[in-house]
Amino acid sequence: MRTGIIVFPGTWSDRDCAHAVGEILGQPTRYVDYREERLDDLDLVILPGGFSYGDYLRCGAIARFAPVMEAVTDFANRGGLVLGICNGFQILQEARLLPGALLRNASCEFRCEWVNLRVEQSESAFSLDSRPGQVLRIPISHGEGNFFADRETLEAIERNGQVVFRYCAQDGRVTAESNPNGSLSNIAGIANARGNVVGMMPHPERACEDLLGGTDGLMVFRSAIHALARVAA
Amino acid sequence: MIYQAEVFVTLKSAVNDPAGLTIKGGLHALGFDSVTEVRSGKYLVVTLDAEGEDQARSRVEEMTRQLLANEVIEDYRIELQPVAALSPSPSGGGRGGGLNA
Repeated sequence: MRTGIIVFPGTWSDRDCAHAVGEILGQPTRYVDYREERLDDLDLVILPGGFSYGDYLRCGAIARFAPVMEAVTDFANRGGLVLGICNGFQILQEARLLPGALLRNASCEFRCEWVNLRVEQSESAFSLDSRPGQVLRIPISHGEGNFFADRETLEAIERNGQVVFRYCAQDGRVTAESNPNGSLSNIAGIANARGNVVGMMPHPERACEDLLGGTDGLMVFRSAIHALARVAA
Repeated sequence: MIYQAEVFVTLKSAVNDPAGLTIKGGLHALGFDSVTEVRSGKYLVVTLDAEGEDQARSRVEEMTRQLLANEVIEDYRIELQPVAALSPSPSGGGRGGGLNA
């Protein structure tokens, strides 16, 4: 799986992503500068976490107009696999590749902690290797991850099965107490209608080694490998 | 002609504003019990060159829709003035004719 990891000014999780996909999973991986305009050599594009352009104006608002984003949009529209993590999720929403927006956490606090996620669907390119109802333990690290969409959009996302992950208790129950940021319907990650673009606030790249506290994040990247194999078959 | 646009960006009424709620809590703690709501937002001042007021306004509308506001969550209001009207008067007052007289 030829993987490109986009580096904007202010991106901070690029090396963690390269370590997870390149070192742990052994996939060919390269960094993509935000000024690049071609992604033809890639199967998977990751927009990692961080504070692109200092989060000025709104998280992801300036990065969305970086030169590489036109290529990302074409890549996604052609069916290429795109994963936005944390700030990457915010950028994909600003670019209208995913619906909704991410507001300031309801607590107004930056939350950096391990959370439980319930898998809602195993159809997207980044959840193929899971089963619905499975609970994953993956860390979050953000100040603005409070998922919002207007009622009509939220209903459409739910109806189309585009919710991939929800914050939940250890036993999988979706409760107000397990919601770390005020997200509507405890939404932690969503897919586009086609399932090739996914955005999630939790950081799967930080949950790929026992040494770091868990390996549940591997599922996300392994799913992408299998999604590609499925297309090739 | 140089124009100055003031762009007020606020969260839509249906969108929760945790910062506004926190500020309201602070005002209550100070004894301002009469405060029933605080909404926070952004205030941007854009100075631009345009051929006339209509062109300036449509440019600012366009840049606000594209970048300055996110219409998924935010509303905006634009106030536009030619910059000449904002220059300090020769007598040395601050901004705006007459305001400091």
